[in-house]
Amino acid sequence: MPEPRTWRERAIVQLTLARFREFFREPEALFWTFVFPIIMAAGLGLAFRNKPAEVLKVAVVRTPAAAEVVAGLARDPHLDVTLLDDSVAARQLRTGKVALLVVPTTTASVEYRFDDTRPESITARRMVDDALQRVNGRQDPVATTDAFVRDRGSRYIDFLVPGLLGMNLMASSMWGIGFTVVDQRRKKLLKRFVATPMSRAEYLLSFLLARLSLLVFEVGTLVTFGVLVFGVPLRGSVVTLSVVCLLGSLAFGGLGLLIAARPKTVEAASGLMNFAMLPMWVLSGVFFSSANFPDAMQPVIKALPLTAVNNSLRAIMLEGAGFGDLGLELAILSAWLVVCFTVALKIFRWK
Amino acid sequence: MKAPALALRGLVKRYGDVTAVAGLDLTVNRGECFGLLGPNGAGKTTTIEICEGLTEADEGEVRVLGMTHREHADEIRASIGISLQETQLTEKLTVEETVQLFQSFYPRRRPVDEVIAAVQLGEKRTARVGQLSGGQKQRLALACAIVGDPELFFLDEPTTGLDPQSRRQLWALITRFKAEGRTIVLTTHYMDEAEQLCDRVAIVDHGKIIALGTPRELIGLVGSEHVVEFRLDNAAADEAELARLPGVTRIKQIDDRYQLDVSRVHQTIPALLAYLTTIGATLSDLVTHTATLEDVFVHLTGRHLRDA
Repeated sequence: MPEPRTWRERAIVQLTLARFREFFREPEALFWTFVFPIIMAAGLGLAFRNKPAEVLKVAVVRTPAAAEVVAGLARDPHLDVTLLDDSVAARQLRTGKVALLVVPTTTASVEYRFDDTRPESITARRMVDDALQRVNGRQDPVATTDAFVRDRGSRYIDFLVPGLLGMNLMASSMWGIGFTVVDQRRKKLLKRFVATPMSRAEYLLSFLLARLSLLVFEVGTLVTFGVLVFGVPLRGSVVTLSVVCLLGSLAFGGLGLLIAARPKTVEAASGLMNFAMLPMWVLSGVFFSSANFPDAMQPVIKALPLTAVNNSLRAIMLEGAGFGDLGLELAILSAWLVVCFTVALKIFRWK
Repeated sequence: MKAPALALRGLVKRYGDVTAVAGLDLTVNRGECFGLLGPNGAGKTTTIEICEGLTEADEGEVRVLGMTHREHADEIRASIGISLQETQLTEKLTVEETVQLFQSFYPRRRPVDEVIAAVQLGEKRTARVGQLSGGQKQRLALACAIVGDPELFFLDEPTTGLDPQSRRQLWALITRFKAEGRTIVLTTHYMDEAEQLCDRVAIVDHGKIIALGTPRELIGLVGSEHVVEFRLDNAAADEAELARLPGVTRIKQIDDRYQLDVSRVHQTIPALLAYLTTIGATLSDLVTHTATLEDVFVHLTGRHLRDA
């Protein structure tokens, strides 16, 4: 007569423990999950830290009337003005070294040459025109004063940290489940397991349990780092944030399981994995807003799980959104979760 | 009376155009160590995976311990211990953790420490699977097979690719399982393994059993106790002449190799050498041995196990 089973002897506990052991005994996995996102946030945060508006380089083409124009522009601290010969100036404009060419045709008229698709060229044209008109006596009818508002939450790093968090959730959930499943199938370990009385549901459940426990650390480190080092705001509640991370992680886990349901080699699974993740890296607003894409694409982009996660995380952290504001996103994530899991279980190859 | 450990009736399995198992009947009694012997691709692994419930047969009936997979899949899984040919256990787990994991799947359990000691991995208890040698890995696979306290073992090529010492260690383990009253079905393409371990052996070729019996009975099929094999450098021997040599009961030529089944080696050899001198042939190879299951296979199929 066997003794009663302790909790440690239960299959679900042993399977989940095995997931943890595999993960923590893989130094590379630890690096990619915990250290890499922080390095990335730190690097991008430094590169895109807020600076005073840049000084714009403009060139004045050497003509008889040029000296007066140069003198007039030199007074503006936001402009870096050089006097150049026509051919040199044209080359510098073409190669992007200067934003704008000013060609004084007569004493009373100038021509601006610039690329109207370059934002800094358009800015330079406005500033130069403004400066020239004022030097030559234009009166502004409205009195203006400037008050600067540099608020937390509007900087690039504030936009970036929730995006990185979403991207990290996606990568670790999909790889964490997909890679191990396919590797165990390749090594015929899945086949060995299904020849035992092991419950297949418990096997799959162990991946989710392990993922969710690791999630606490993953999200915790990145959010803490963002808040402490860069002062990224966390205006919403931690509970809302946790629920979105949980649901997002489950949805990505389902997608990872779906991708890992059939392939027999890690290479085949990697291809599918990248095929699924790459569009989301680009479209779902990790590094730049997904609003940059044409309107026609927006419904598709909004339906992607990473878009739903990123939009929710930004709304919670930056705007203090609660569950009531996130209905659509939560519905999208639930739909991905249910559909992926159902299909994955149907088509799963155990041998 | 208890049902036999394993009963197969008219088993057929096809993969596309290839028929892996072509109508196989077999009964394995309880407490018996039974060997499926045959060359690679003979259908041994397919047969054993059908018994384990990993592959479904196209035709025929399978009863494991009197149960069918359709009705009692879980009971069968709980009562059998298996080792597959190509399983690689998770390298990051230790020996103890691996056995614990497998133990957690089974309703009946043997203590982890006892199982590890039984396969002589006590010193490697905390070592990672990735650090084990081939023989140690195979013993760990056996530990995972016995931790559920099974009545019936399916061992698919348990010693393939191991060094002689590791093979002997595994043989000792399997012998012990048998002594505990468990039933063992193993596949092998090593004749010595089958002779050493098995009470009965079925020789499988092209998905069919071509001979069945105790190793002694099967060797008896060869008709004589000794085998003389030789190869000639520069001439061909005449089969009729060879047949007239004293003590020769049968002649077989496989490529450039002559094989004589012989009852009295001490009379045959001098006569053979004398005959070869008369035709001016030089020996490049001469071997004599007592008949083995390998010779039975050659006798039945005209091919060797290894190159079949």
